[in-house]
Amino acid sequence: MNDMPTPASIGLSREDLPNSYIGRSVPRPNLPKLVQGRATYTDDVVLPRMLHAAFLRSPHAHARIAAIRTEAALAVPGVVRVFTGADLAKVCDPWVAVLDHLKGMKSAPQHPLPLERATWQGEAVVAVLADTRAAAEDGVAALEVDWDPLPAQTDMETALDAGTVVIHPELGDNLVFTRTATKGDVDAAFAAAHKVVEATFVTGRHTGVTLEPRSIIADYNRADGTLTVHQATQAPHMMQTVYAKHLRMEEGQVRVICKDVGGSFGIKVHVYPDEVAVAAVARILGRPVKFIADRFESFASDIHARDHRIKARMAVEADGTIIGFDVDDLTGIGPYSVYPRTSAMEGNQVVNLVGGPYDFAHYRCTTRVVLQNKAPTCQYRAVGHPIATAVTEGLMEMAARELGMDPIELRRRNMIRDDAYPFTSPPGMRFEGLSHHASLDKLLEMVPVARIRADQEAQRKRGVYRGLGFAAFIELTNPSPFMYGIGGARISAQDGCTVRMDPDGSVVASSGVTEQGQGTEAILAQIVAHGVGVPVERVKIITGDTLNTPYGGGTWACRGAGIGGEAALQSALALKAQILEVAGAMLQAAPESLDIVMGHITDRATGAERMSLHELGRIVYFRGDTLPRDLPRELVQTRHFITKEYPFAFTNGIQACWAEVDTDTGMVKLLEHWVVEDCGRVVNPLLVDEQVRGGVVQGLGGALYEHCVYDERGNLLTTTMADYLVPMSAEMPDIHVGHVETPTKESLLGAKGAGEAGTAGAPGALMNAINDALAPLGAHVLEQPFTPARILAALGRF
Amino acid sequence: MKWPALGYLRASSLDELWRALGEGAQILAGGQTLLATLAFRLSEPGTLVDITRIPELRGISVAGGVLRVGALTRHAELGRDALVARHAPLLTQAVPHIAHPAIRNRGTIGGSLAYADPAAELPACAVALDATLVLARAGGERRVKATEFFTGLLTTALEPGEIIAAVEFPLAGPSQRTVILEVARRSGDYAMTGLAAVLDLGADGRIASPRLTFFGVGEGPVLAARANAALEGRALDATAIAAAQAALDADLDPPADLHGPPAMKRHLCRVLLGRALQSFTPATEQAA
Ligand SMILES: Cc1cc2nc3c(=O)[nH]c(=O)nc-3n(C[C@H](O)[C@H](O)[C@H](O)COP(=O)(O)OP(=O)(O)OC[C@H]3O[C@@H](n4cnc5c(N)ncnc54)[C@H](O)[C@@H]3O)c2cc1C
Repeated sequence: MNDMPTPASIGLSREDLPNSYIGRSVPRPNLPKLVQGRATYTDDVVLPRMLHAAFLRSPHAHARIAAIRTEAALAVPGVVRVFTGADLAKVCDPWVAVLDHLKGMKSAPQHPLPLERATWQGEAVVAVLADTRAAAEDGVAALEVDWDPLPAQTDMETALDAGTVVIHPELGDNLVFTRTATKGDVDAAFAAAHKVVEATFVTGRHTGVTLEPRSIIADYNRADGTLTVHQATQAPHMMQTVYAKHLRMEEGQVRVICKDVGGSFGIKVHVYPDEVAVAAVARILGRPVKFIADRFESFASDIHARDHRIKARMAVEADGTIIGFDVDDLTGIGPYSVYPRTSAMEGNQVVNLVGGPYDFAHYRCTTRVVLQNKAPTCQYRAVGHPIATAVTEGLMEMAARELGMDPIELRRRNMIRDDAYPFTSPPGMRFEGLSHHASLDKLLEMVPVARIRADQEAQRKRGVYRGLGFAAFIELTNPSPFMYGIGGARISAQDGCTVRMDPDGSVVASSGVTEQGQGTEAILAQIVAHGVGVPVERVKIITGDTLNTPYGGGTWACRGAGIGGEAALQSALALKAQILEVAGAMLQAAPESLDIVMGHITDRATGAERMSLHELGRIVYFRGDTLPRDLPRELVQTRHFITKEYPFAFTNGIQACWAEVDTDTGMVKLLEHWVVEDCGRVVNPLLVDEQVRGGVVQGLGGALYEHCVYDERGNLLTTTMADYLVPMSAEMPDIHVGHVETPTKESLLGAKGAGEAGTAGAPGALMNAINDALAPLGAHVLEQPFTPARILAALGRF
Repeated sequence: MKWPALGYLRASSLDELWRALGEGAQILAGGQTLLATLAFRLSEPGTLVDITRIPELRGISVAGGVLRVGALTRHAELGRDALVARHAPLLTQAVPHIAHPAIRNRGTIGGSLAYADPAAELPACAVALDATLVLARAGGERRVKATEFFTGLLTTALEPGEIIAAVEFPLAGPSQRTVILEVARRSGDYAMTGLAAVLDLGADGRIASPRLTFFGVGEGPVLAARANAALEGRALDATAIAAAQAALDADLDPPADLHGPPAMKRHLCRVLLGRALQSFTPATEQAA
């Protein structure tokens, strides 16, 4: 891609054109449907002969399944069949969630329903199929299971101790994966350092709460041997592979459809055993089977994330120059690594990302990923980033305090220079182009630091404690096959888009990336409208159907705009070129002398309208006899895109949080929040800003409220929305968003990801704000979520 | 989860209700607690008997020296009623703390008192205001003091076949001071710890008949007898507040919950007590 055309060379910089949509806040075309209740979620799909599944879930964190008696359940009116793990194992092969490039990784085979043991509370053990979900639940209530409870391994700190419960004895121990990245000579450098700050951070196990729960309908049709799966998923092609492989079918026999999806946040990009069980049951029964998780099931069986304990040290010179980081990360991931992306990624990301914004010489970071009898953890929005950022930025603020330096100045001194790219970080991440200094400058234009510091002083005298905290971050987006493909997973890093023009001049684009409510379809429509030259209302987008879209990876890890968007742009430009060739023949003009503007062929030089696309379509489709015999006339084009130069397109940004701590009650009040982020080309500022705000809210949620709490025996205590607290609008601050744009040179569009930036930085910024507020009282908190109990304990108030 | 299969019957008069209340029947008022417990399959009643169309259970009036609030009074109605604001202002102050608008539009005072959630506002207000509950059954009525009505965790003095018909509140006198304070993780959440405080403050600055009632810290509303005794007859000043805070510990036996250990709850109760009493001191005194 070295001689890549620049935007200017193909006229993309003509931002004043009416159909120039890239960079504009175009309202989302699918919004009316969503807010008017006219969307089609999986649960809205009703098929003939459909059955409903409900699961008996393990009440124990760890137990042997001694006996399952199904007679009473089968006698419940409406109940059709009951399936155990052994029944499904006859048609469905187990999986082992490891990736080849994560050296030494191990995990145990997992079946849709376990054969002998339940290994976390909430694991689906028996499936009951009935005419209605209510009858299926009645059936579950009538099942009789004899359990032999076993001791549970719940504390990650003891997971590797001698004599501990080894969850899968055949693995030998509970260690799933470990990796150490080193650079320089940490021991010597730390020994000679002016100062070393160190702390132990804890990030709380939490989950992504989607409005629409996990949902699936699997329909095996014996007449043609196909399995059609309607599913709320982020990655339909990946799921197609999974169903085919484990149900012993050809990929081509499996179709995965996901219409509207009500939020995902990473939760819906994994393989869940209960969902595979539904597909296996459909395969056996030859009937459609629906399963919609309820909130209990969501809390107990959706993936959790961020259960980490991180011991970290940072060494600095007297002038504030960072010498290096020395980090030990430990994470508990539940009893199985989650298929197929694995549960080692989060710890691996911590190793890749600590110290990310800064230029320093010495680095050592180890992660150890261990098993526990709790719900499995896996990738959730901003995988590993909020952890690495909180650790890095927590240490930065500690160092600033110890050195008596302004925390902003300390950061400025150490951030990678804006002209230093390409740059390779100590753990080996390659940065094409970042803008830490420009972003910091922009942030300081937005945050009235002097006024805030004066207010902080004045308020302290009145016994009111307010704090200002910062967090700079990097974010990994646009992943190449280096993320999963090289590890052997059939997860596409490439994505495609097919764009066609129909006779009336309207345009239909089908894409391999998917929409879960964030606006993927909106930006695709913008890009296609821009690329072809039509009003955005004339573009329809098709996503989420393996039979009708080009093969692709779906939407996750911030790749929708950067990868899917570029494929859309290239296919749109190709269609435009094709249309202009046809138009040139019709109008006896050189194609280069023509353009398409708002659905009309125009004369490029004068802007005069020559012909509508509607008229062009009429001639091509209905009077092809009037065109030159050999004229190529396929008004449909497909392009695929994959990044080639860099494994990932990194983005960067910085956040600031202004908060007040009530030192009597331990309550934190969020006063104001600022974000500057650089996601490269901003396709739709409105959507990017809302992605950033939503991400910040989710980050603040994890730092203040959201917590999957287990007791020491592995019982989950937070199983309703009354116990698992999500952030609510009343508590959220105004969030100001600013942008710096450093487009990636890998694509014409230049877009990187924007969906995780908010989540990456918010917890660290809030932690630093709280600790800034508490500093005069000699207290600090490092364990998320920062609950009133933890803050009051830090203050010694009880 | 889905509800279990059950029957539904709507009573339009008390007579109809008495006929309907049999084995396995459960009263449905605003449904804001009951319907959630059905979806959790925590209770499986045979029949729900909807009482929301029974006129005798509605209305707010002042008669015989008391403010009578019908059991079907919705939280939202309670919050905007002029008689309530005048004669029992603590209730007006309490309503914004109860859940969210959508829930306040449906939830009823009768349902809240009957359910007796230890963290709920209205049971604590009923105790703090020394209210009397009017309990009705087929062929009769009896009156029970709020202090005797709440008998334990989610349990009350209601007998089978008996309902709450109304609640009677003594009319607030001119020297009455009230405040409700709580610490809740998010607005609208049940309180981690709350305090409904009622007392008379004489022209001489002395406290009479204090009824500090804590919620979210026990099996039901906790009338802080020792703290109240420490305040009775004292001038409202820093020493009185400190004395009440010191006495308070013996009034409380909070259980640990997801929010924190008992010691934290005791601490929060002391903080709320201090803040509540501070709020009654004249502004000039606060500034000094
Ligand atoms: C999300 C959420 C948040 C909430 N937050 C709060 C809060 O912060 N504070 C708070 O106080 N409450 C809160 N609530 C509860 C709400 O206030 C309920 O409305 C109230 O507690 C019950 O009233 P109801 O009319 O809805 O009763 P229902 O749900 O209809 O009934 C509750 C129980 O009382 C019985 N019952 C109802 N009426 C009578 C009667 N007249 N006589 C005898 N028995 C009767 C029923 O049989 C049932 O057992 C919340 C509810 C929800 C859903």
